[in-house]
Amino acid sequence: MLSNDVKQKLKAIVGVENFEDSKSACLVYSYDATPNFQSMPDGVISPRTTQEVSEIVKLCNEHKIPIVPRGSGSNLCGGTCPTEGGLVLLFRHMNKILEIDEENLTVTVQPGVVTLDMINAVEAKGLFYPPDPSSMKISTMGGNINENSGGLRGLKYGVTRDYVMALEVVLANGDIIRTGGKLAKDVAGYDLTRLYVGSEGTLGVITEATLKLIPIPETKKTMLALYQDLEAAAKTVSKIIANKIIPSTLEFLDQPTLKVVEDFAQIGLPTDVQAVLLIEQDGPAEVVEKDMKKMAEICHAEKAVSVKVAQTAEEAEALTTARRAALSACARLKPTTILEDATVPRSEIAKMVNGINKIAEKYKLDICTFGHAGDGNLHPTCPTDARNHEEMERVEEAFAEIFALAIELGGTITGEHGVGVMKAPYLEWKLGKEGIAAMQAIKSGLDPNNIMNPGKVFAKDSRKRLVVTR
Amino acid sequence: MTTVKEQQVIQEQFKERMNQDELLNCMRCGFCLPTCPTYIESGLKEAHSPRGRIALMKAVVDGIIEPDEEVERSLELCLGCRACEPVCPSGVKYGHLLEEARDIINQNKKHSLPVKMVRNAVLNGLFPHQNRMQMVTGLLGFYQRSGMQTLTRKTGMMKLFPDHLATMEKVLPQVPTMKKMKNRPEFLEALGPQTKRVAFFKGCLMDTMFLESNDATMKLLQLAGCEIVIPPDQACCGALHGHSGEKDAGKELAKRNIQAFEDLEVDFIITNAGGCGAFLIDYDHLLKDDPDWKERAKAFVSKIKDISEILYELDFHKKNHLELPEQVITYQDSCHLRNVMKTASAPRALLQAIKGIEYREMKDADRCCGSAGIYNIVESEMSMQILDYKMIQTKATLATTVVTANPGCLLQMKLGIEREGLTDKMRGVHIVDLLLEAVGQEK
Repeated sequence: MLSNDVKQKLKAIVGVENFEDSKSACLVYSYDATPNFQSMPDGVISPRTTQEVSEIVKLCNEHKIPIVPRGSGSNLCGGTCPTEGGLVLLFRHMNKILEIDEENLTVTVQPGVVTLDMINAVEAKGLFYPPDPSSMKISTMGGNINENSGGLRGLKYGVTRDYVMALEVVLANGDIIRTGGKLAKDVAGYDLTRLYVGSEGTLGVITEATLKLIPIPETKKTMLALYQDLEAAAKTVSKIIANKIIPSTLEFLDQPTLKVVEDFAQIGLPTDVQAVLLIEQDGPAEVVEKDMKKMAEICHAEKAVSVKVAQTAEEAEALTTARRAALSACARLKPTTILEDATVPRSEIAKMVNGINKIAEKYKLDICTFGHAGDGNLHPTCPTDARNHEEMERVEEAFAEIFALAIELGGTITGEHGVGVMKAPYLEWKLGKEGIAAMQAIKSGLDPNNIMNPGKVFAKDSRKRLVVTR
Repeated sequence: MTTVKEQQVIQEQFKERMNQDELLNCMRCGFCLPTCPTYIESGLKEAHSPRGRIALMKAVVDGIIEPDEEVERSLELCLGCRACEPVCPSGVKYGHLLEEARDIINQNKKHSLPVKMVRNAVLNGLFPHQNRMQMVTGLLGFYQRSGMQTLTRKTGMMKLFPDHLATMEKVLPQVPTMKKMKNRPEFLEALGPQTKRVAFFKGCLMDTMFLESNDATMKLLQLAGCEIVIPPDQACCGALHGHSGEKDAGKELAKRNIQAFEDLEVDFIITNAGGCGAFLIDYDHLLKDDPDWKERAKAFVSKIKDISEILYELDFHKKNHLELPEQVITYQDSCHLRNVMKTASAPRALLQAIKGIEYREMKDADRCCGSAGIYNIVESEMSMQILDYKMIQTKATLATTVVTANPGCLLQMKLGIEREGLTDKMRGVHIVDLLLEAVGQEK
């Protein structure tokens, strides 16, 4: 609970219209896109400037009030769920594109800018910002940076981390710092920019970011390869990479996913095959042409039943848009959709797909698998019902086993969704006790009072390590 | 004001009546946010977004919060445009949730006496009775023709009303005479070879205030080769009732309509108002718990089709030469026609088939204009804010003709044109009137 004194001070900082603490105002910020997490904040605040953010943070630090920075609440790890109450910090006023620098090829934004709006703005100037999380129509850049979001173009172009050049951050004591710059080279001290990318709001509040842009690729082609054998599709992925082709997108969708996506998008996706690969290449026309031909050959050699190239830009767009809807479309099957993003080296993708299916069988669960196969980042998704406690337990067991398998194959518990509160109990599996301790040292150094998004990344109790022998 | 006692009853009914599966189906991905006009216009407030509203409904069901004034406010401010539905990958039936929640709140809340009287007069006393609709429209006609309108305007009496209502008075169409309204056809033959037999749902406002558009619709159907039956015992569709928390009244009207249309042996039942059509096409949901009516409702629903859809299917635009003097035309979607009846490409294709015109798509044509039934009267501030955005996009097309497919949208767009002072440069028309104009040019 916030004392009246604190409330008055908060209102004095942002104006009465930008602070709310009514039940319904708090309720609508008690969740994000992660199933099964809900917790009421004590208040919701919408600052207009970095200075206001700094004053809010100072006040909260003094009174040890938790702060949860929140973009559009589209994250999938419970990262913006105020599990320990406190203040939800909104960026609905700080949502401007500050500058597109065509000489240095950078864009500078406030955290509340919607990813797609920024992408459209830079593309209008012939520039390209590649990270494209499926939620880009709604997600904000502040959210993308804090979660280090990936996307469909990750395997060729990398993730958000690879494009953040400079940040303005409000530290937990209210100090405002600037990291990095519009610089291709910069080794002045620790790389705090990289530290803050993916820090999930636990080390400070990002209030401005400068991002790297590249020239927009000349052309783009999209194709769909159909398979009657899951493993053949997965093997194709490794084979394409092994043939030294890096497509801009290489997505995998299994039959259950195809069915729900088609049910939503109605664009004529095949639902009578076991799996499809959605493949895209961009670049100079002759390179794209050559790569597409070569990849089609590999697909055929790996027993694809058909390979179709999209004939128009609209057709291609419809395919990728449909893919982006996959997660939410799975909610058509059952009320609760539990999704993970275990990631493995791409050479191991076939083993992972196979393993997930075996685990689903073992626990008698339906698991839809789709994801960014090209970069080893899969999204096994389990449609279930939170009201069925017995099944929910099986789901948890199954996912624990999927994490264990991923780590065993040299992978990680999360590729792009973040740890948040959802995967915190498993973090130790990936990092070890010492790894956690090193991270905690950073956290307590920068946020001694633990006010910045507390309860995230580090779990109170780690889960007992699961050992899979197969 | 809702009393604590009323809140308790409302909460109980939420638990009993709200579809819990549907509430859980919202997995809170937020894909609906950028399509919600009130989310955008409220300055990105989650409480005024579909995801926020569903979360509030669910929280009331779960007992986390009470259905207090703010919850009510959030539900009231929703336009009910249902733009969130086609973009929802999970397929949540938001419109059904909203309707149920509003019905529960309304049925258990004591309205103040004036509000109660107006609601009762309009919803129960007026719309379900076509003769009374004619009478009221007739009074408006008397007002327009008798010189009273001129007098009222000259004396500045309209200044006593809120600005947008005063402007609304100006844009109301010149209404038909009582004689015309009473003398309606019940059957029309196809012009040329007959290909289909259809029934026409004439609607209450459409068959009074917008009678000419109804005549145009029937003429187009005849030209497209349709024989038309217009059952005289049909009733108001009930949309206004359904949307304002009077579900039972809506059900009664639905039954009357199903009965009126079910033995006509027609291929389709045609509507020319997106708002009515969307409610008609939902009759099977409305009557889903009524074993006597469930199947009959399904049969009725399967025949509902919008005028532009049938004209397009019957190749009206290919079989008839359509031509108009040079002009730029743009189209404003009727939300319910697009989001519920899923008719969006047919009207555009018909307009693009007209020779001599240039069709320009406006940005965000699929975003609500702010009319939304009686929303522009009860939530005028938000409605006018939404309309202002719409007019910016309309003007950007440089169109001289703005086409709509629903009477509410038509009035709202006319209101927008009037507010912008563009009456000399821009006109708002119903698509059927424009199409008939385009046919007439040749003959």
